[in-house]
Amino acid sequence: MLQDKDRIFTNLYGQDDWKLAGARRRGDWDNTADILAKGRDAVVAEMKASGLRGRGGAGFPTGLKWSFMPKQSDGRPHYLVINGDESEPGTCKDREVMRHEPHKLIESALIASFAMGAHAAYIYIRGEFFREAEHLQYAVDEAYEAGLIGKNASGSGWDFDFYIHRGAGAYICGEETALLESLEGKKGQPRMKPPFPAGVGLYGCPTTVNNVESISVASTIMRRGGAWFAGLGRPNNTGSKLMAISGHVNTPCVFEEELGVPLKEIIEKHGGGVRGGWDNLLAVIPGGCSVPVLPKSICETVLMDYDSLRAERSGLGTACMIVMDKSTDIIEAIARFSRFFKHESCGQCTPCREGTGWMMRMMDRMVQGRAELDEIDLLEQVTRQVEGNTICALGDAAAWPVQGLIRHFRPEMEARIRQYKAALGSTGLVQVPAHGIPVAAE
Amino acid sequence: MVRVIVDGTPVDVAPGSSALQACEAAGKEIPRFCYHERLSVAGNCRMCLVQVVRAPKPVASCGFPVSEGMEILTDTEVVRRARRAVMEFLLINHPLDCPICDQGGECDLQDQAYGYGTGISRYQEDKRAVTDKNLGPLVKTVMTRCIQCTRCVRFSTEVAGTPELGMVSRGENAEITTYVEKALTSELSGNLIDICPVGALTAKPSAFHARSWEYKKTDSIDVMDAVGTNIQVQARGGEVMRIVPRVNDEVNEEWLSDKGRFSVDGLKRRRLDRPWVRVHGKLHPASWQDTFVSLARRLDGVTGDRIGAIAGDLCDAESLCALKDLMVALGSSNIDCRQDGAWYDTSAREGYLFNSDIVGLDDADALLLVGANPRHEAPVLNARIRKRFLHAGRGGFPIASIGGFPTDPTYDVTVLGEGPDALTGLLDGSSPFAETLKNAKRPMIILGHAALTRHDAEVVYKACRQLAEQVGVVNDGWNGFNVLHTAASRAGALDLGFLPGSHGLAATNMLRGGVDILWLLGADEFPIDKIGPDTFVIYQGHHGDAAAARADIILPGAAYTEKPGTYVNTAGRVQRSFRAVFPPGEAKEDWRILRAFSEVAGHTLPYDTLEALRARMAAVNPVFAHIGTVEKSPAGLARLSDGSPTNVPGDFGSGEFRPLIHDYYQTNPISRASPTMAECSRVYAPAHAVAAE
Repeated sequence: MLQDKDRIFTNLYGQDDWKLAGARRRGDWDNTADILAKGRDAVVAEMKASGLRGRGGAGFPTGLKWSFMPKQSDGRPHYLVINGDESEPGTCKDREVMRHEPHKLIESALIASFAMGAHAAYIYIRGEFFREAEHLQYAVDEAYEAGLIGKNASGSGWDFDFYIHRGAGAYICGEETALLESLEGKKGQPRMKPPFPAGVGLYGCPTTVNNVESISVASTIMRRGGAWFAGLGRPNNTGSKLMAISGHVNTPCVFEEELGVPLKEIIEKHGGGVRGGWDNLLAVIPGGCSVPVLPKSICETVLMDYDSLRAERSGLGTACMIVMDKSTDIIEAIARFSRFFKHESCGQCTPCREGTGWMMRMMDRMVQGRAELDEIDLLEQVTRQVEGNTICALGDAAAWPVQGLIRHFRPEMEARIRQYKAALGSTGLVQVPAHGIPVAAE
Repeated sequence: MVRVIVDGTPVDVAPGSSALQACEAAGKEIPRFCYHERLSVAGNCRMCLVQVVRAPKPVASCGFPVSEGMEILTDTEVVRRARRAVMEFLLINHPLDCPICDQGGECDLQDQAYGYGTGISRYQEDKRAVTDKNLGPLVKTVMTRCIQCTRCVRFSTEVAGTPELGMVSRGENAEITTYVEKALTSELSGNLIDICPVGALTAKPSAFHARSWEYKKTDSIDVMDAVGTNIQVQARGGEVMRIVPRVNDEVNEEWLSDKGRFSVDGLKRRRLDRPWVRVHGKLHPASWQDTFVSLARRLDGVTGDRIGAIAGDLCDAESLCALKDLMVALGSSNIDCRQDGAWYDTSAREGYLFNSDIVGLDDADALLLVGANPRHEAPVLNARIRKRFLHAGRGGFPIASIGGFPTDPTYDVTVLGEGPDALTGLLDGSSPFAETLKNAKRPMIILGHAALTRHDAEVVYKACRQLAEQVGVVNDGWNGFNVLHTAASRAGALDLGFLPGSHGLAATNMLRGGVDILWLLGADEFPIDKIGPDTFVIYQGHHGDAAAARADIILPGAAYTEKPGTYVNTAGRVQRSFRAVFPPGEAKEDWRILRAFSEVAGHTLPYDTLEALRARMAAVNPVFAHIGTVEKSPAGLARLSDGSPTNVPGDFGSGEFRPLIHDYYQTNPISRASPTMAECSRVYAPAHAVAAE
């Protein structure tokens, strides 16, 4: 359990002043020049020592990512791009940072940009986050006014500019290379990798794309030391993280918590318990809709961190959990996700473009039970055919929830099908017999 | 070189190659849809997935760069499963309308479905349907068949330079469209049909006419412009059904202009299929024998200096050689291939050729266009300029022009002036582009026929040559002084010396009664009404176009698809085509007509076979012995001056360079006879159509 003294986002709920004066009172912008004076390599080393892993969902070590940026510029400028396109269903954590802790973000962006030799940082904010963009723009103006950023930012001798770009509401633009495309003014479609953004990124220049939260914690890590951060959580899953609980709990909320705390404890403490008591729990999706669902049996014991959830064939994702009690139609819930991914697939590459629609249509029938029992296996195979064969991770994200459903709730799906057959006889579909030519069944 | 191991076989590939190229080097076939050698890599079809040892997921080989010691596996269970998966996904929303699809039989999806698809469909949901788009008179769309490979988008953006296609919407609803419905404006739009791997984009004029396996395929050369595009003529029965490009990296890569591709229906219309003789002011059909006899009778007693011959733009070198020999036998030196009245320096071959060759554009680093509009005069060559322009990056390939453009040339051009006066600024160095040319290592000047057909053509030509010498356009191993021809026959005719002898008359002088007997070999592109009223006109050609109406005797010849022929392209490349179909009716190959008539006229030409005629051509000019190559003359481009800045060698005429081609789709007898080209002309050149009315 995270103690108050280790809390990074002290104004998460916006009770305090989010503007410059308030931020300064909370310790932001305190001798930022001293941090930069340590030098570029020292900052990266400190980040590496902290063990911070990317907070956007993939969990790639942030310090390592920064170190991929070329040490010497070959004439091209370097860029830091902050991913504020928080569109994952159930996820609402970066939003709190942008509207209540904007200065923490801007200061950390300065430090991060310095560490990667970038003089400019862009933040791509989800289009729907209108007030958040306003707050951030206000904070940026304040920082320019106070000389904290701009030419000779904070008196460090480093020139730094911060630009805000608002998206137009496409989920795929949260994928780092699609975000870069969108930022360049093109259609938001992920790029092939390699080349990675650290080599060829925004406008063809070396670029690092980081989540809002990953960047925002940098200033505190630099002040309190990587060792302090690494002391929180578990090995390889260090630090504290913004999490959220939504769904069937008594007090849905966003909060900061140490990694490696049992999921059950988090729900009880922050979420005020499951609606109707723990035994009323059906399942939890631990990190946004792209990770597989966990049934109650696993929720009893699993720890909230990258590796523990991975071991249970799920993932930490954004750590914004969706709690579902026994009143939930779990098939319908996952079918809704399939609809979402079908809607948000960019349509660029084949497996995702065609597979998301196929999965959605099958899931819609599964909700009714209007299917054959062996179609559950077909559905499983379709998810396997999408997974890993696409340009970006949206294909994987579309496949995993369905896989999780089949893995943990297959009996429910079968019962639904039997129920439909009992009530309505046949599925009315064209049947594919085990061998031979398909024939139309009435 | 980088060593890569493909399925256990080590291969060496160039650094920067893709895994797909390495697999091909190792002889492994990698299925693909979106990947195309001449377009950027999109990596979106996912068909080319292979396994790379130590990579966590299958990788798209088309966009994955090789590294030293990389191990690629192309035939593992993972790869096979991935390919089957992608194929299944491509097929679930693809209509099963192969039996009525024009792409059937030459469809990548069909072929690869045999290799990687399963026999049955597991997809039981409703299939997607997509609204068809109207892309104009040439390209037919059946968008439900589209597999979103985006080859067409990349082609129109990168190669054609007309970014009119794009993908809108996302996911399953993604569609290829022109955004706002409009006809494609590129002169290369027909190539979309070739690059589309499925039946989404097919040829509109030939829709539902034939199946791909019914064609008899014959290699040929396009004559619609002087690029010498390598084509394949596909015929069924005695009818040319369609024309597609062949790959020749030194000429046309794999593109073909729309006129070359779609004017085929002009080959069937307005044909001259029997000899005609004018009796009492009216043309009457006649037999070959009667025609020859009456022609020989008319020629009888006419002295050679009263006989003239003008050759047209589509002639093969064989007929030009035979006509020249016949004229010499008749005692005439009034022969000319320049019906447009162009002026050339014929002292050396380099004086009238595109000396850098078309591939030279890939190396050039500065370009000056003088009275040339390559987009209309040679669309395939224009694509090459654009390719160089894109490849060189911003400012890497500065292009300037003297003479404006009626349409976007598809690359950035600084227009230095509208008329030849602008050359003065380049010659005296006052124009900044003179410095650009001088600093360039491989500068290039392209001299077009808008300049060469003016009254002051000789002055303009010499000024360009002088500029070339001043700025070093000709230097070690590089000759960037280029004449861009528009007529397929012109370079060959010049090589054969189809020009007036020392006392001969030029084409313009043969008009207005300059000669009594005028032999037109497919010549239609000059003011026919300027022929003297008493001149006896022999028209030998294949289409009943302008000149045939004026003719007193019509000798029906063969179009380029109907005879084996030799053509020299603007770069001096000698290329041969074969006969795809026979000429209609009683029409004959042109050189045979000339040979047969020479016997009747009592001046038998000394060759009875095509081989003997070709030996004669090689004797006239040795370049005709070297098929498929460009021969340089040993002396090279002679210097006109010592390269020191001097005054312009004469006075420039006034007036700007007028565009040579007013309507790209109607430039020769074949295209004027083509309903498809007429439709294109109506759609794409409304301004011109209105002006003509």
